[in-house]
Amino acid sequence: MMTPFITVRGTVGVLDRANIDTDQIIPARFLRKPRSAGYHNFLFADTPSLRAAASQAAVLVAGENFGCGSSREGAVYALVDAGIRCVIAPSFGDIFLGNAAQNGLLAITTPAATAFAATWRDGDEVTVDLLAQTIRSADGTTQPFAVDAFRRRCLLEGLDDVGLTLQHAAEIAAFEVRDAVDRAWARPPAIDQANRSSTPSGVTP
Amino acid sequence: MSAPRTLLDKIWQAHAVLTRPDGATLLWIDRHLIHEGSFHAFGMLDHAGRGPHRPELTFAVADHYVPSHSRAQPIGDPEVAGMVQQLHDNAMRHGIDFAGLDDPRQGIVHVAAPEQGLSLPGLTIVCGDSHTATHGAFGALAFGIGASEVAHVLATQTLWQRQPRSLRISLSGHLGAHVTAKDAILAIIARIGAGGAAGHVIEYAGTAVRALGMEARMTLCNMSIEAGARAGMVAPDETTFAWLAGRPRLPADFDAAVAAWRRLPSDDDARFDREVALDAATIAPTVTWGTSPETALPVTATVPDPAAEPDAGRRERLRQQLDYMGVVPGGRLEGLRVDRVFIGSCTNGRLSDLRAAAAVLRGHRAAIPGLVVPGSVPVKRTAEAEGLDRIFRDAGLTWGEPGCSMCVGMNGDLVRPGERCAATSNRNFPGRQGPGARTHLMSPAMAAAAALRGAITDVRTLGGAQ
Repeated sequence: MMTPFITVRGTVGVLDRANIDTDQIIPARFLRKPRSAGYHNFLFADTPSLRAAASQAAVLVAGENFGCGSSREGAVYALVDAGIRCVIAPSFGDIFLGNAAQNGLLAITTPAATAFAATWRDGDEVTVDLLAQTIRSADGTTQPFAVDAFRRRCLLEGLDDVGLTLQHAAEIAAFEVRDAVDRAWARPPAIDQANRSSTPSGVTP
Repeated sequence: MSAPRTLLDKIWQAHAVLTRPDGATLLWIDRHLIHEGSFHAFGMLDHAGRGPHRPELTFAVADHYVPSHSRAQPIGDPEVAGMVQQLHDNAMRHGIDFAGLDDPRQGIVHVAAPEQGLSLPGLTIVCGDSHTATHGAFGALAFGIGASEVAHVLATQTLWQRQPRSLRISLSGHLGAHVTAKDAILAIIARIGAGGAAGHVIEYAGTAVRALGMEARMTLCNMSIEAGARAGMVAPDETTFAWLAGRPRLPADFDAAVAAWRRLPSDDDARFDREVALDAATIAPTVTWGTSPETALPVTATVPDPAAEPDAGRRERLRQQLDYMGVVPGGRLEGLRVDRVFIGSCTNGRLSDLRAAAAVLRGHRAAIPGLVVPGSVPVKRTAEAEGLDRIFRDAGLTWGEPGCSMCVGMNGDLVRPGERCAATSNRNFPGRQGPGARTHLMSPAMAAAAALRGAITDVRTLGGAQ
């Protein structure tokens, strides 16, 4: 289960470029690895400059559109397993934002990220307080930030998303009954069994 | 009179199970497509002691890790073989329909699901793959999700989402000769930027979009994510219904479905949060020069020169990309030497794409090596029946087995470090096609032209003198 997030005081890594995509965060060849392989080993594996900046950090500040591209949740695993608790950027890829929220990684979207990237140095100590919704820079200045209320609650309490949804099982069941009438066409017919593959042939047993 | 609604509004409202006070909606999911990458999600389900809620709405297909070489031999790499095996095992134990290597339906999930008639107008379709927007070509709301969300959909057949903003991109007029949906979407991304549609669902509209066939519409919607969009969609019309007719997994009462689908297009007076308009006639065959799809330019253009960029940050960004790509600042795109071509992917691996490439290569030898990978078994069989495989082979290119292949290189099909590849796929990110690989995105006809000349070539200049 994810670690509840309240406050992180830690060192900064500055990734001062735009469009850092998830292929860069974790190259595709590592996605077949089990989580137990230690995804921190794969973080920015082919991009030494980003890897160096992130290596000692708990908080990353990046350029716009961080985490764009592939939906691979492995990108978030790599960051989290490397000890990154928070990423601050002017904007993020939408799917990355969803994946971050599911894994206790706080993604802060703020235009202040541009100024942070210009003034912060790798190794600076900053404090990100999710309760107060503030970022305190090494020079003592404090900047507020906004965050989705539900994601904030999930981060603070480490909630299980599926468990929460299953509390609405009755509403889902009622929807299904209603929808089977309203949109009868939306259900696919049963599959033709003769057309199914039974074995993944060509695969080494 | 109810308020005018967009296609997105209509689909959203029809799928809302409930809406929380904070505005998040629990959306019913009609189709869940899964591939080998789903192993994390099944692990999460196992860990929590849960199973799939509606396995009959899930379709599993092996695509990311499948070999492009002959399937008479087993997959050599045990880790890669294990990925396909795990998908098979997870599908079988949960009663999920699975298309493996020996299945006549197998292919890239975004090619195979539409072929089976699983992707329909008005549906919500998700997949743990960012190119899921492809299915929006049918007038569906289709988007990519991460592994935890895959687990959530498996367990509940629903997903918490906030309704994205709407962006209508209107392509007026008509695309010119040899200018395709791929050129159009690259031009759109160049115009609005790689993050330009973040938080939005794009509806593609206008005469040039209406004139596109379904495969071209899939190409257009496929790359919506490269502009940062949550999804892309095209309102269903007669072209859509005609393409779907006769597919295997259609609803029993197809006519009733079509009647419902005719009510889906955005109302005439519906308001969009944003509008972007382009004249299709101004779009040329388009090629990327850098490491983001937004670096797309007409093939006749020159690449940027950082010296002319006043902003220090942007100057540095240009320099990094030019260095990685090994491209001379201010140099011409046309004539840039290419080492290899890749024709395929969920963007451009369909029959019309292969026909377009074959039309350029017919009767000629390629100057460089290349790999042509059909998007699915049905695409492969039809292409072979038409003799397209012979055209590619006679040109000296390799004809592969269906899958994601060299777009992402997970099956071992990699571009070598420093090599320049003309690719019909969707991403030119650093290392996407292999560490150090240099990718130029373009249409199938343009990739075929690059194969002929061994250099980036304006397909319009080949004429009869190929």
